[in-house]
Formats: sequence, structure tokens, C-alpha cells
Amino acid sequence: MELSHDQVRDIAELAKLNLTEDEVALYAEQLSHILQYFERLQALDTSEIEPTASVLPLRNVFRLDEAGVPLPPEAVIANATDTEDNQFRVSAVLGDA
Amino acid sequence: MTALTELTLSQALQQMREGALTSVALTQAYLDRIDQLDDTLHAYLTITRESALAAAKAADQARANGDDRPLLGVPLALKDIFSTRDVETTCGSKILQGYKPVFSATIVERLEAAGMVLLGKLNMDEFAMGSSTENSAYSITRNPWDAGRVPGGSSGGSAAAVSAGMAAGAFGTDTGGSIRQPGAMCGIAALKPSYGRVSRYGVVAFGSSLDCPGPMARTVTDVARLLQVVAGYDPLDSTSMTLDVPDYVAGLTGDIRGLRVGIPKEYFIEGIQPEVEQAVRMAITQFERLGAELIEISLPHTEYSLPTYYLIAPAEASANLARYDGIRFGPRQELGEMWPTYKATRGQGFGAEVKRRIMLGTYALSAGYYDAYYGKAQAVRTLIKRDFDKAFQDVDVIVTPTAPTTAFRIGENTADPLQMYLADIFTLPASLAGICGLNVPCGFDSEGLPIGLQILGAAFDEATVLRAGHAYEQATDWHSRRPML
Repeated sequence: MELSHDQVRDIAELAKLNLTEDEVALYAEQLSHILQYFERLQALDTSEIEPTASVLPLRNVFRLDEAGVPLPPEAVIANATDTEDNQFRVSAVLGDA
Repeated sequence: MTALTELTLSQALQQMREGALTSVALTQAYLDRIDQLDDTLHAYLTITRESALAAAKAADQARANGDDRPLLGVPLALKDIFSTRDVETTCGSKILQGYKPVFSATIVERLEAAGMVLLGKLNMDEFAMGSSTENSAYSITRNPWDAGRVPGGSSGGSAAAVSAGMAAGAFGTDTGGSIRQPGAMCGIAALKPSYGRVSRYGVVAFGSSLDCPGPMARTVTDVARLLQVVAGYDPLDSTSMTLDVPDYVAGLTGDIRGLRVGIPKEYFIEGIQPEVEQAVRMAITQFERLGAELIEISLPHTEYSLPTYYLIAPAEASANLARYDGIRFGPRQELGEMWPTYKATRGQGFGAEVKRRIMLGTYALSAGYYDAYYGKAQAVRTLIKRDFDKAFQDVDVIVTPTAPTTAFRIGENTADPLQMYLADIFTLPASLAGICGLNVPCGFDSEGLPIGLQILGAAFDEATVLRAGHAYEQATDWHSRRPML
């Protein structure tokens, strides 16, 4: 599996990561090498094998829908770089109509 | 008189109980030791000097009033992956620089309730992604046995701090070997508990189906004592199990007669450092001398663990790390628009290995490749788990090398990510199967570097693994050797 530079840029777009052109070139080479190594998994026939998402014998875990003690608003925003009136300030999410 | 920082956790606790030692004296001794060594070793990211001394003073007062909680006055340090209220928690990443959690992880709450004195937060590979601690965004931790070598990773700061006597014990996390492998490379006892035995609440997430917090200390008894405090169900972690927690220290009888010890042939392969194999084979004969029964076993899917792990863990990581956008915490690269702001924040905030794994995981989960990569890896994970299920029908523990080599040189493996991943080759299978595993020191190579023995046990059978490790430790003196510093 050879990843092209364009594929690497597409993956970076999906992952919302700015990459420099040097990083694109490096990751294209390194990820191709790693994926090539991973090809050995295809040697195993797993058509009849159930996937394991969790090793635990748990299905759904329920709890009572009871309100707990929430953090005070000042604590919730304490680590944010930009806040206003106990809210997170962000740039516009919706583009121009 | 033995230096205070040379006492094991259990010895120090005993002396405090007898009134021969105060927590203030012990804590001060550790802080002095940190001052003396950490400019060279770089095990710590944050030293909580003032709050440590205040906690030690409070512990001494409490003890004078009859308090005898299990870790009262014991100075410990934590990998910087554990959320600590009001104490900076970076996870080794620039993207969390300055972040001070407003809550503590459950294990931190439990350690504090048990009387711990927190010395500080320990260095690690960024987001626990690495096998050498060279991926920390802040500093490179040095191996106390040879400052030109890595301490292993990702809990390399934890392993180095314990090995160098800069904490009585520490906690790390193990997703693919990150407790056991640095434990081996620094020559200490280090336990990955079974998945679900110890709460993950408040532990910065890497691979959520794999992450296991666990104790690291100078002896197996110390490790058992630390596990006791943190093990057990936590309503805040839906994957923590409601099983009873046995008395781990009481179970350390020294008697392993009749214990069935499995030796898997797939762990003695070409490429393993000959001195490592030799030391592990010697350790196996020691088990036989102690009355254990040796049984050759096979774990046929072992060779598939590395690709399986390096698809599943990055896939989970790419999802977990989607939350880092600079809005609610961490530095933000504000560009006036949402997506450019996110992309710049993440592009600058994450280091090279973290970005590499986000890319790998995003690719493995993407439309058109999901079945071939992530789906395939989950199916192979089932096969790897079945290997262990089958083996544990015939044996009580499985004994292997912890790592294929002793500590490598700083910079030796950084150019080739795949070569670095191979450092975890013997620890990954147990992580995928969710079982428990303990590293104990079992010798030294010709360079004087520690060699580690891995003792694996069935899920939730930490008690047997600890009993086996303790019996081995009692019969040998590898664990009592300390680096010359």
C-alpha cells in the first residue's frame, strides 16, 4: 500500500490537522511503510471470526438518571483561552449565508 | 543508616507506623533527591514541593492522632496523564500546556483518601504514544542506569523516578506495554492490571479499549500495596468491573509449589538480545526450583499482535484526540474562522508521533478502508484473546521476556517508527487480550542494564501474578540492586 501525497492531505483534512509539505512527504513515506507491514494480517482468514471491540463481558451499562452536583460555571471555563459571561468564545461556526 | 530514599515503600510505611520516621523527613529526603538528580534525569514535569510538605505535615499529625490509612504519609508521583485538581496536567503535550484540571482522576482521589503525599507529575511520551519517552514535548527522560539511554516508555518518567529513588512508588498507564516495558528497562516491579480492574476516569484517553492504569515500585509487595488502594469498581467508569478485590499483600505467601507456568515458544524468537533470553531462561529454572511446574505452550497468533495493536490503538486515539481543538482548554491558534483555527491549533499542538498515529487511525477508520484495516484488526484481536483463553485452561501464569532488548540509546530508534514499535512486541498481546502482566527484574546484561521478566495472568487474576512475582523476587536479589547515581 503506497500512500500518495494527495491521500495524505485528504487524511489530514479528515483529521483536521494542518501539515507542512515536509510533514506530508514524511508521513506518506512512513505510513506507506507501516501499512505495508500490516499487510500480513490479510494472510489470516477471519471470515468466520467475530470482531472484539471490548474484552469485557459487558453489553450496555445503565445507571439511574439522577442529577449530580455540577461544576460551577467558573470552573468549567477556567482553562479556556477566550471566554465571555461564563461562556466559551469561538469564531463564527456558520459561514456567510 | 540507610538513606531514607533507599527504603522500599513498605519499609518506610513500617518505620512511620513504628514512630521511627516522619512523613515530613521522608518527603524532604525525596525532594532533596529530586533536586540532586532530576536536572540530569528529567523524570519530573511538575514538582509539587509545597503541597507535598503540607500533606506530609498533615499526615504526621493524623498519625499522631491514631490514623493509620494504608498509604498515610507515603510520597508518590504520578504520570502526567492523570488528572490532578489544580496541578498542571499536560500528558506530555504542548496542546495541554498550562491545563489545570478542575477535577481529579478516581485513582488520584483514592490515593489521596489513602493518605498519599504527591511529589509531582512525571514525564511521558506525548499522549502515552511511544516506547522511549523521547516523544515528550518537554524533555527526554534519561535511564538512571545509563544516562545515554532511554528509560523505556511511555511511562518512562515513572520508571526512572522509582528506579532512581525519586519517589517511593509511582503510577503509570499501560496501553500496549507502557508500564511493563519501562519497568523492565529501569529494573523495577511494574504491573499492568487487567482491563477493567482499575478506573480510567480522569485518565487522559489514548486507546479506550486498552488503557490500564497501574502501579510501579521497587518491590512486588509495594506494587501489591498500591494496587490494593486503587483497584475496584468505579461508577464513573462504565468499563470498570464490579468484581471483588482480594487482599493482594496477604496473598504474597512465597509459596508457588504446584503453580503451572506456561512458556510460550513464540516469545523466544530471532532478534531477541541473547543476554535477555539467557536471563529469562535462568529465571524459568528458578521457578522450577521453587516447585512450579513448567509447561510448554503455544500462542500461535503472537506475530499478528503488532499490526493489530497499531491499527486498533491509533484508531481509538484518532477518535479520542478529536476533542483537542483549543476551545475549552489548551492553547488556541485563533485564525478568526472555526476550521482553520482547529487545524492550526492541532497542527501546532500535537507532536510528530501523535500526528502520525492520528493519521494512521483516521485512515484505518475511513470509508473504503475500515473493513480491510480496523475491522480486520478487531477480528484478529479475537484470535489473540482466544490464544490466551485456551492457554489459561492449562496454566496459571505465562512467563516471557518483557522486552526484546535492554534499554536502547537515546536517538537510536527515532528515525524509524516501525523499529520503535517493535520494542513493544512482547507486551502488546496481553494488552489486546485485556489480561494482567507484571514486570520483575531478572538480571543484567554485560553493559549493566536491567533485564525484565514478564509474568502474565488470566483476566482479573492479579493475585496469582503478584504471588508468582513475589516468590521469584524472594529467591533472587535483582530487585535490590540500584543504579549508581
